[in-house]
Amino acid sequence: MLRLILNRVLVAIPTLLLVSIFVFGLLKLLPGDPVLALAGEERDPEVIAMLRTKYGLDQPVYVQYWRWLSGILQGDFGLSIRTRLPIGEMLAERLPVTLQLAFQALIIALVIGIPAGVVAAIWRGSPVDWIVTSIGLAGLSIPSFWLGIMLILGFAVGLGWLPSGGYVGFFTSPTENLRTTLLPSLVLGTAAAAIVMRHTRSSMIATLKADYVRTARAKGLRESIVVRRHVIRNALVPVVTTVTLHLGELLSGAVLTEQVFGIPGFGKMIVDGVFSRDYAVVQAVVLVSAVMFLAMSLIADLAYVLLTPRLRT
Amino acid sequence: MRDLAAPLPTAEGASAAPVRRALAQPGVRIGGTIVIFFILVAIFAPLIAPYGPTEPDWLAVRQAPTAAHLFGTDDLGRDVLSRVIYGTRASLAAGAVAAVIAIVFGVPLGLVAGYFGGIADMAISRCTDALLACPFLVLAIALAAFLGPSLQNAMIAIGISAMPIFIRLTRGQVLSVKDEDYITAVRAQGVGDGAIIVSHILPNVLAPIVVQTTITMAVAVLAEASLAFLGLGQRPPAPSWGSMLDIARQFLTEAPWMAVWPGLAIVAVVLGFNLLGDGLNDALNPRDD
Repeated sequence: MLRLILNRVLVAIPTLLLVSIFVFGLLKLLPGDPVLALAGEERDPEVIAMLRTKYGLDQPVYVQYWRWLSGILQGDFGLSIRTRLPIGEMLAERLPVTLQLAFQALIIALVIGIPAGVVAAIWRGSPVDWIVTSIGLAGLSIPSFWLGIMLILGFAVGLGWLPSGGYVGFFTSPTENLRTTLLPSLVLGTAAAAIVMRHTRSSMIATLKADYVRTARAKGLRESIVVRRHVIRNALVPVVTTVTLHLGELLSGAVLTEQVFGIPGFGKMIVDGVFSRDYAVVQAVVLVSAVMFLAMSLIADLAYVLLTPRLRT
Repeated sequence: MRDLAAPLPTAEGASAAPVRRALAQPGVRIGGTIVIFFILVAIFAPLIAPYGPTEPDWLAVRQAPTAAHLFGTDDLGRDVLSRVIYGTRASLAAGAVAAVIAIVFGVPLGLVAGYFGGIADMAISRCTDALLACPFLVLAIALAAFLGPSLQNAMIAIGISAMPIFIRLTRGQVLSVKDEDYITAVRAQGVGDGAIIVSHILPNVLAPIVVQTTITMAVAVLAEASLAFLGLGQRPPAPSWGSMLDIARQFLTEAPWMAVWPGLAIVAVVLGFNLLGDGLNDALNPRDD
């Protein structure tokens, strides 16, 4: 197990380095001199030269890259041009908000997606299957920002049950926190539920045809016991891994959902960064999402090994 | 976001009468009809749309649906139906161009990586891993932001973001066929690598690429709408479903219809491509049955 973890971490390092080169390169390719932007109205060549030296921009590109990377490795992502705050601090403040949304969305996705997938697989080809798969496909086809707008229209504007946006921290008021995060989690959870449902269904169908399931049936076990004991348990193993991998995609959804609901999370950070030309923030968000994705794939691999007894040794 | 990691078919089923088998799938028939309908709407937009897409009518600002304006009017008195009709163009163009970019760059890179292996494979695969490690929309937003907001740049950003899937898919398919006996036989006859790739490998990896293209169109249409919604795609006043929704958000209480129709249009197109993709997957991958 330890070897597997080490192996995966070693494979992830070059990938992360490439992501960092890519992210750093994007900034370097931008038209315009960042020093002139920093200098503002100042056009004195001496001041500009001094700024260039101060920020290390007179150094060769690879030295600049190395400085940038070693800063990040020590948690120093630089300063946000817009807020003048260290980006590391902003990340620490905003990531938990998005993680809470993702966690709630995941619960919604599992609670809806798994039973729906199981039911569709057991009654494969029946009207129930048809309805469940159609709803699943619709869930994948609805843009999250539009679903968000429709939910605001129904539950906030129409019924007035929930706020149309904003965010209240859990420790400030747990009930208000739940009220402000319910609709965004539902939006994120819908697409995720559709994905969970589709994977559960196809995995269940494959497992229902497995030899050991036929053996269990041949032993005279009741179908409900066969499904509960032998099919669901085994069918959910690949579902766990794919769901873990899709947590990274929840981040994509969070960008739009947070924008619609005005939630100050990690996803909104990249949008705000883009519009205030705060490219260091954009770099940080892309880099951190890649790290999270790679961490998730590691967890997915480990979960697969842990859930598959024959791989455990 | 669309399930990009869904299991995809192999070339195994791509032998006899794939078109007939595909057409037998209800998903292909329904999805295909929806997609063709929207293609026709995009082509004949000037003939179908009752008004110009950017034509304001200051006497009919934010009017609820009436016989004169079936989908109502927006904040500048423009006909929402006409804007939805013209918006089809931006969405479908984005889907098609992004898919073409992803295929034109992704498939050859995947072929090279899979067929030649070695350093080329290592370099291409590591770069693919790096791109795949960034969530699709986050990558598209970052690229679109660096390229500057416009429909054209949004298409490029989406195409680049969708490319790694094609590289990985093609590479995997090539690996699964390149050591087959028939390839070894052709190679023994002295046929060059280029000819083997074009005449023998490519046709055998085409089926999953076709399925992936359809799925990518769905993803790209969603992504274009998302970028436009964020202000990184088609710029107003040119009609785009995403930017229409962005504006509609400000008038939810006064003019909810402004938010309903563009969204329904996105759902319909994306659903069409998804149905088509699922149906093609079932038709070209009979192992699932």
